[in-house]
Amino acid sequence: MNTEKNIKTLIVKKPLKLDCGKTIKDFPIAYETYGSLNSKKDNAILVFHALTGDQFVTGTNPVTNKEGWWSYAVGPDKAIDTNKYFVICSNVIGGCMGSYGPSHKDPDQKIFGTNFPVITINDMVNAQYNLLDHFGIDKLFSITGGSMGGMQVLQFISNFPDKSKTVIPIATTSSHSAQNIAFNELGRQAITADSNWKDGNYTSNETNPGKGLAVARMAAHITYLSKKGLQEKFGRKLQEREDLKFGFDADFQIESYLRYQGSVFVDRFDANTYLYITRAMDYFDLAKQFKGNLSDAFINTKAKFFIISFTSDWLYPTQENKDIVIALNSIGADVGFVEIESDKGHDSFLLDVPDFLSALKNFLDKSYEEN
Amino acid sequence: MKNEFQVIADLIEKDKKVLDVGCADGTLMKFLKDNKNINIRGLEISKEKVQECIAKGLTVIEGNAEKDLKQFPDKSFDYVVLSQTLQAFLNPELVLDELLRVGKKAIVTIPNFGYWKVRFHLLFKGTMPITKTLPDEWYNTPNLHMCTIKDFFHFVKSKDIKIFKSLALNNLNSSIINESNLGVKNLSADLGIFLIEK
Repeated sequence: MNTEKNIKTLIVKKPLKLDCGKTIKDFPIAYETYGSLNSKKDNAILVFHALTGDQFVTGTNPVTNKEGWWSYAVGPDKAIDTNKYFVICSNVIGGCMGSYGPSHKDPDQKIFGTNFPVITINDMVNAQYNLLDHFGIDKLFSITGGSMGGMQVLQFISNFPDKSKTVIPIATTSSHSAQNIAFNELGRQAITADSNWKDGNYTSNETNPGKGLAVARMAAHITYLSKKGLQEKFGRKLQEREDLKFGFDADFQIESYLRYQGSVFVDRFDANTYLYITRAMDYFDLAKQFKGNLSDAFINTKAKFFIISFTSDWLYPTQENKDIVIALNSIGADVGFVEIESDKGHDSFLLDVPDFLSALKNFLDKSYEEN
Repeated sequence: MKNEFQVIADLIEKDKKVLDVGCADGTLMKFLKDNKNINIRGLEISKEKVQECIAKGLTVIEGNAEKDLKQFPDKSFDYVVLSQTLQAFLNPELVLDELLRVGKKAIVTIPNFGYWKVRFHLLFKGTMPITKTLPDEWYNTPNLHMCTIKDFFHFVKSKDIKIFKSLALNNLNSSIINESNLGVKNLSADLGIFLIEK
């Protein structure tokens, strides 16, 4: 699945003790950068990707030949302006775009599969922290990301309270809800029910559990959109036919759309990685790490927070984002918050939503001016 | 910047921590930040206004004072400012209590329904008064609980709230309100500005 070419990799020599108790060392972190680091090294922004993202934030992803996942927000003159800022993004550990993950080989040269250690959001950010040393950056200008990227943002600033000036969690939560876990479990069950999954050992027989992974993606994709958005885009429109066919083919456009989303996903994503990363999200509960008091996660940081949610996001709804704002306000932290009007659901943060992009740009640029 | 904001700014010492409740486009916040080195936060219900504040580089939380003040700890700000909004809440008493819990002091301004132009309008025209500070029609005004300077003065006294300073504002002139001139100021002032503490 990985084409080694075009993937920059940092080999982390330092041992990293994972939450599961195991220790990993000499492991690869695949990363990409955009823009250039200035001489003061004070213009770096670390972007964290979501469940199915990777290090290729913008421009053309050299592996998939598709647009980077955050092309609307990141690039020259965009909200995260690469003429001004140095953007770093790395593939999370457990991922499948070059970072240490289940498709890698164990010391005995056997592909890990489900023998790869279970990783957490905490493990992901601890691994990525090594990039700061790699680039000689003492303090980031900002950290940002949406969805699971936002969880990493929260965990990062909790672990490294003086390592970023500004902090922008987007469309996220401090604790995965029962509904979030339920949807992830649905996806995992679809994968593991595929007879090609073979307890995660499919890579050795060259047959992937593609059907299961596609169903997982289809189900998840629905959760990224809003009912209104779906209705407006597809309604009950039929797919290249005049009338219903009285069969189980894709009569409706929405069916065809979901099938397409499932099929293209399988070409670029690894099923075991899907299991690992959804698990990491489910295990995420930042308050629990601080005996139930979320405020304590941020007690040591002087960073300036800006939290953004979207009206139609029912996966990580405004209230869950506001809970983070409340936790920060209760310790007098510097926190701003805005809920952006959008009918594009959870995916709003990835799409062309002008109010969101201008808020993000204004916050970054004004904060940078004050540097 | 309107005169009201200048009067409010003059009540606040340098280097303080201030929360502007219903901060609108952040004009007062920006002034306090730039001119008095105030550590300033805003709370604003309108998404468009929040965006304007962000564009000015101000820290603002989108929210509703009636619901969202409770997240701030007791006495976490030196001053909490509420400009011409108290009358628009469903429960002004609760909001006032919250302002005084969150702030060591509060600065509250109210459009004065006792202003002579308001009284004349109602007396001679027989329709709901429309003035510079009360620009809306009865059917589209956000104001639910109009009061006069005298009403507010008596109200805070009855709640054992300490009034440090009360000012009557009429166009560009501000003057002190006290017990003895209350009747006159209640007639001549367009706006009342109160610095209070509990």
